[in-house]
Amino acid sequence: MEIILSIVIVFMILGAIYALYAKDLLSALIACGIVGYGLVICFLLLRAPDLAIVQIVVETITLVIMVAVVLNSTREELKEKAVVKVDGVSYVHQRYIVNVILVVVFALFLLYFFKESIYTLNHFGEHVTRMSTAYIESAAEQTGSANLVTGVLFDFRGYDTLGEATILFTAVIGILTILRAKAKK
Amino acid sequence: MIVYLLCFILFLVGLFGVLTKRNVIKIVIGLSIMEFSIFLFFALIGYIDEGLAPIIVQNISSTKFVDPLPQAMVLTAIVIGLATNSMLLAIAIRLYKKYNTFDIRKINSLKG
Amino acid sequence: MNGMTPIVKKVTQLIVGLIFLYGIYIITHGHLTPGGGFAGGAVVAGSFILLVLAYGSDILKLKKREEGSSVVESLGIFLFIVLAFAAIFIGTKVFFANYLPKGVIGELISAGVIPLYNIAVGIEVAAALFTIFLALVIYKEEVLK
Repeated sequence: MEIILSIVIVFMILGAIYALYAKDLLSALIACGIVGYGLVICFLLLRAPDLAIVQIVVETITLVIMVAVVLNSTREELKEKAVVKVDGVSYVHQRYIVNVILVVVFALFLLYFFKESIYTLNHFGEHVTRMSTAYIESAAEQTGSANLVTGVLFDFRGYDTLGEATILFTAVIGILTILRAKAKK
Repeated sequence: MIVYLLCFILFLVGLFGVLTKRNVIKIVIGLSIMEFSIFLFFALIGYIDEGLAPIIVQNISSTKFVDPLPQAMVLTAIVIGLATNSMLLAIAIRLYKKYNTFDIRKINSLKG
Repeated sequence: MNGMTPIVKKVTQLIVGLIFLYGIYIITHGHLTPGGGFAGGAVVAGSFILLVLAYGSDILKLKKREEGSSVVESLGIFLFIVLAFAAIFIGTKVFFANYLPKGVIGELISAGVIPLYNIAVGIEVAAALFTIFLALVIYKEEVLK
């Protein structure tokens, strides 16, 4: 189980790296789709069919919107040379050095906290359901819903769903405001 | 434990893209990769060996289910991620119309 | 936006109804099978997006506006809030309480208000995604042409 999952995640990482280094923006978006659809396979392997359905549809719609944005542009990745030549002397670009230092500092910072927190997690597949034990045992009787995820989502944690709906509503209003070409009469 | 580490590497790849790329579309791609890794991490935490999907069926008597709580959280997070991504893309297409480029260095230098 | 070739149009005509019905099925069976308001709403929005992509933006008689889907989206979230607030006045008088009878687990009419919440969220998500897509299409037609 863990081995199959690791293989899928390695493919996702390769897709992500290609998405960041592709010359054409359209192929970068397709490579981003590798990551999204790989995530669908991971969700199916992890026994989360609800998430798999949502992710496969959302990924498709996101891809359509992204392609619609990119298709009218020049689609070229603007290159930034790492080594610059001035008067025959080549030296590394200053911005490139700053970037590398920034990434290394951030990665080490996050790695430290990852190393500290990984000990407190259970091993993969040996999760202990502390709070969810009550959900699993009593959700069916208390909510009457056979799908426990839906029961948790709309009954025990209804405020989450309300906040999510509000954020979606606000985002749509923002998009309509940004993309409005002319003022309304 | 190797899957947690791979998930973290996926997060770092997205972070690398956000910090170093100068193209708005590439930044959006990096942000969505970071989102994906977080979703995956939540789903990995809730997994139990030989657990069933958290749906009650009459014929099955086993009560060993996968944790439904992280799944419910990720379900809302996926839709929120779509909303924020769409908002970023709307801003990007607007910037392209005004400056005729996706390069944020040029957008910076023009100053309005 | 122009439409695509007759092959794409015919295939779309054949399958778009099935996709729409599948979305409705996922929404209404959200408390029994995997899925629910989010997934079903996204599938319904996907069927409309497929229609616009295949036939071009003239098929829905757009007339360069997206008010219709925006109003439907507002209606969806309004329905959700009304259902949640109704719990204050009915039954146990707690916000988000489940005030309808639970029924038998596993039947279609069961689980109290959860199917109604599912339908409200499904309407909201479907209309929101379609509005986003429509805003992009209208923007590209008005500005970039």
